[in-house]
Amino acid sequence: MTTPATRRLPVVEGAGPIDHAAAAALFIADEDRADWHDRALWYVRAKRDVAAAAVPEWEALRDLASAIKEHTLSRLDDYLIQFEAHATANGARVHWARDAEEHNQIVLDILVGRGARRLVKSKSMLTEECGLNPYLESHGIEVVDTDLGERIVQLRHEPPSHIVMPAIHLKKEEVGDTFHEHLGTAAGLSDPVELTAAARAHLRDRFLAADAALSGVNFAVAESGAIVVCTNEGNADLGTALAPVHVASLGIEKVIPRHDDLAVFLRLLARSATGQTLTVYTSHMLAPREGQELHIVLVDNGRTVQLARKEFWRSLKCIRCGACINTCPVYRRSGGHSYGSTVPGPIGSVLTPGIDLERYAALPFASTLCGSCTAVCPVKVDLDGQLYAWRQHVTAAGYLSASKVAVIKTSAQVLGRPWLFRALGAVGRSALRILPARLTRMGAGVWARSRDLPHVPPRSFHAWYRANRVRTRQP
Amino acid sequence: MKIALFAPCFVDQLYPGVAVAALRVLERLGIDVDVPGGAACCGQAAANAGFERDGHRALRCVVDAFEGYERVVVLSGSCAAHLRTHAFAVGPSGVRVAERTTEFCAFLHDEIGLDAVASLGATCSQRVAVHIGCHALRNLGLARPSEIQRPAFDKVRALLGTARGISFAELTRSDECCGFGGTFAVLEPAISAKMGRDRLRDYRAGGAEMIVSTDPSCLMHLGGIARRAGIGLPMRHVAEILAGEAR
Repeated sequence: MTTPATRRLPVVEGAGPIDHAAAAALFIADEDRADWHDRALWYVRAKRDVAAAAVPEWEALRDLASAIKEHTLSRLDDYLIQFEAHATANGARVHWARDAEEHNQIVLDILVGRGARRLVKSKSMLTEECGLNPYLESHGIEVVDTDLGERIVQLRHEPPSHIVMPAIHLKKEEVGDTFHEHLGTAAGLSDPVELTAAARAHLRDRFLAADAALSGVNFAVAESGAIVVCTNEGNADLGTALAPVHVASLGIEKVIPRHDDLAVFLRLLARSATGQTLTVYTSHMLAPREGQELHIVLVDNGRTVQLARKEFWRSLKCIRCGACINTCPVYRRSGGHSYGSTVPGPIGSVLTPGIDLERYAALPFASTLCGSCTAVCPVKVDLDGQLYAWRQHVTAAGYLSASKVAVIKTSAQVLGRPWLFRALGAVGRSALRILPARLTRMGAGVWARSRDLPHVPPRSFHAWYRANRVRTRQP
Repeated sequence: MKIALFAPCFVDQLYPGVAVAALRVLERLGIDVDVPGGAACCGQAAANAGFERDGHRALRCVVDAFEGYERVVVLSGSCAAHLRTHAFAVGPSGVRVAERTTEFCAFLHDEIGLDAVASLGATCSQRVAVHIGCHALRNLGLARPSEIQRPAFDKVRALLGTARGISFAELTRSDECCGFGGTFAVLEPAISAKMGRDRLRDYRAGGAEMIVSTDPSCLMHLGGIARRAGIGLPMRHVAEILAGEAR
């Protein structure tokens, strides 16, 4: 019997190309659930609108944040070296990781060097991107994600479905069943307060027993070597305050020049992400406390390649607020797992094809190009423009299926010849008017699976114009 | 001022009534308007599908046909946006045409003015849901998008507001995409149709008796879904309201 606890949302698995449309169709087959998911995300978008509207200079802040990020990216090497020098002077050890493998190896070496067996992690999408958990577990390290949402999906052996709200695809009853199975809470418990209390008790033991803590980083300040971590649960603070080793992993695009710049980004980040004015905790960490080791791992993993791409380098401005994901009408109805990528939604669809174009070829097409993502983005990444640009690369590389290519190319050939188009248009319109609806529905294929064809007029506008107006001469 | 009216491919073939209404509106406003025969399609559908280069032949035809006009008035926000953004690709004449290209409602609002439009004396006794296409909204700036924190404005409502007796349906999501998206409609049919159904639900909940849009392509999609569901909701282009062809 399928209970809500074992009911799994479609997860895109395997190493082949992601079929977003198929995964989305599966998600949407349970329309009530898709509606619930859509409303949950729209609620967050609406909260963002209220929070943004309360800041009179919101649009100026977006301009400024975008400019600061573009400036920083244009001399990223300088700022990273500055950051390393200051962090090292503060007593941190700075490591450079070329890719996910190097990152995972560095983290394992740090842990093994200290004899650490138990690691508590606060939310880090970078470590998801690097596949750190399974790597460490295969080397005998116990890894506990301490962010509530991350812990829920970890217990369920699922990837996160959102970068800010990793378990947003789950209902509280499903969380209750998961906790019943793994934490021994009462069967049928679904009260969020009680579930959170159970998670808190469970995690407290892990915090106290941890040999090391790993945190993500929201901002790394070049002028001081400080790292800034934004959380709502205080789990990064508790983990790093208790454990004798703190490993901070960050993508190299997280560096900003000055502390003053934080004033811009912190005002935008939480408002854009969840509609909060600030996250509950904004932790500034400058140096290890007495007797503690602080390791900072700077990770490239494809970022310098993206930085070198003229059309796509601006995607590195992203501060991972998730606003584009919340507002995306496709994401809200297809769920995060349909993207098969750690970062879903519009930003995932411009970042991930840069890592593996063949596997993620479908993602730039998982959008209507409505542009809501670009308009909501606090750092003004031109997301719809980049989706458009990736589509050109996908087709040039031959990753769009042959049948789709044929349809699109044939229509382009016809539409590029006005006389041919008009001739065929007349034939097509006659066919649509004469043939029975069921037959034309078959002919129109996918379009007509869920929509009727338009009523067909007896003649085109150009035919009407020739018959009713004489002024058809060129000027 | 000599202007060219551009009825993009699917409007020409499937919605000639929209183009006739727009032509009549422009003529009644005393505008010298031509419909050059050489233009069929701006190539947007191919370009958005990832075949920008294959769309260039069509784009070149459009640019050649419209090069001699002071304004190109397009009966589709997304085609107008495509011309404005991408026509440069076919050379200097493309740049000139891009600069002169505008969408029908934007042209009336920005260059002809509401007083003149009001003189058309349109009437519409319906409660209308206004559907501004996403490119008309966010790319051409026909209204303030809900994401942007600037004073609200809506050029389409302003134009429609000149029609006597008209009222507007208020929506819970003022500018959510209808899900058409060109080839998206066939590459992601499940999501596309779902978005359309959700849009229709919002319009009907707001008491809409008619949907009025800047973009016939959105109406083709929404209309197809409504008819399949047996929902009799009339769908019109703004030009049809202003021409007095839909009351």
